[in-house]
Amino acid sequence: MIVAKRKPFDEIMQLVKGHKKVLVVGCGTCVAVCLAGGEKEVAVLATELDMGRKLANNPVELGSITLERQCDREYLAQLDGMVKDYDALISMACGVGIQFLAERFPDKPVFPAVDTCGLAVNQDVGWYEERCRSCGRCVLGLTGGICPVTMCAKGLYNGPCGGTNKGSCEINADQPCAWFNIYERLKAQGRLDCLLKVQPPQEWKDTTPRTLIQPGYTKPEKAKT
Amino acid sequence: MRLNYPSNVKIILVPCTGKVDVIHMLTAIQKGADGVYCVGCLEGACHYNQGNLRCRERVNHVRSLLQEVGLEPERVRMYNLSSGEGPTFAAYAKEMTENIQKLGPNPLKKKAGVA
Repeated sequence: MIVAKRKPFDEIMQLVKGHKKVLVVGCGTCVAVCLAGGEKEVAVLATELDMGRKLANNPVELGSITLERQCDREYLAQLDGMVKDYDALISMACGVGIQFLAERFPDKPVFPAVDTCGLAVNQDVGWYEERCRSCGRCVLGLTGGICPVTMCAKGLYNGPCGGTNKGSCEINADQPCAWFNIYERLKAQGRLDCLLKVQPPQEWKDTTPRTLIQPGYTKPEKAKT
Repeated sequence: MRLNYPSNVKIILVPCTGKVDVIHMLTAIQKGADGVYCVGCLEGACHYNQGNLRCRERVNHVRSLLQEVGLEPERVRMYNLSSGEGPTFAAYAKEMTENIQKLGPNPLKKKAGVA
């Protein structure tokens, strides 16, 4: 899932300093699961802002709502009737949701309340670890299910580099060497021949905004123009 | 035991301090409470294994939130005792009340719009 981290309170206070009526919009999917921008976190931020602004003798009128998802038009539509009552919006969704919200209400300033941190696994409640950089060209089938782009500090497709050190990475002894782990896992599976397949360089030029249309679906005619 | 403790302390019963959430403590302060403290079982003696440890983390989180907002973190704290320690409960109530009196009333009470 997408994980995010709440921005420091001072930064959020600065962003909305000049606005008197602010709507805090949470997202009930990924950022709710990672405890950064769901219903509870919206309530905490709204309470903090209310107290902070009162103490600064600059009270603010706050509204709060948590949508099922901010990356879907059908859920954003819920806001259509209420946004006109506010000067600005704070989004607690990931970067995708924040942009989609801003796109739907282009005349309202939209401020982020979280920093989106990546695609991560849930190790325990409140503990998440990144596993995917969504590079668009998955090589996990040849690397024993360990992503060299995410787990190797250099993102090497044909590793390891000279800095591998008895299982650790040269950047930090606590950071495992992804390519050491890839080697160990493939060895245990009897698939070391996978390492002989040289991976071509990643076409980073493809990392411009990508559009995905799943098989069996087409872009609606009206959206093509 | 007929123990006395300060009458300003309002007790809210919960099944376990693990039930107490950040928003509960924060809202109490927002609405004008001068302080909030959670009294949990002794660490290592939680009937639900980790409830009091979770509460401790949440109390610490609320303290940092209060500091960010501009209020004294000392307004919120955690105490631990066993259910057989009535006198300790009364002593903690007295200690918390004295600490809050030193800090003075919640400044939010003076601001408009606070109930």
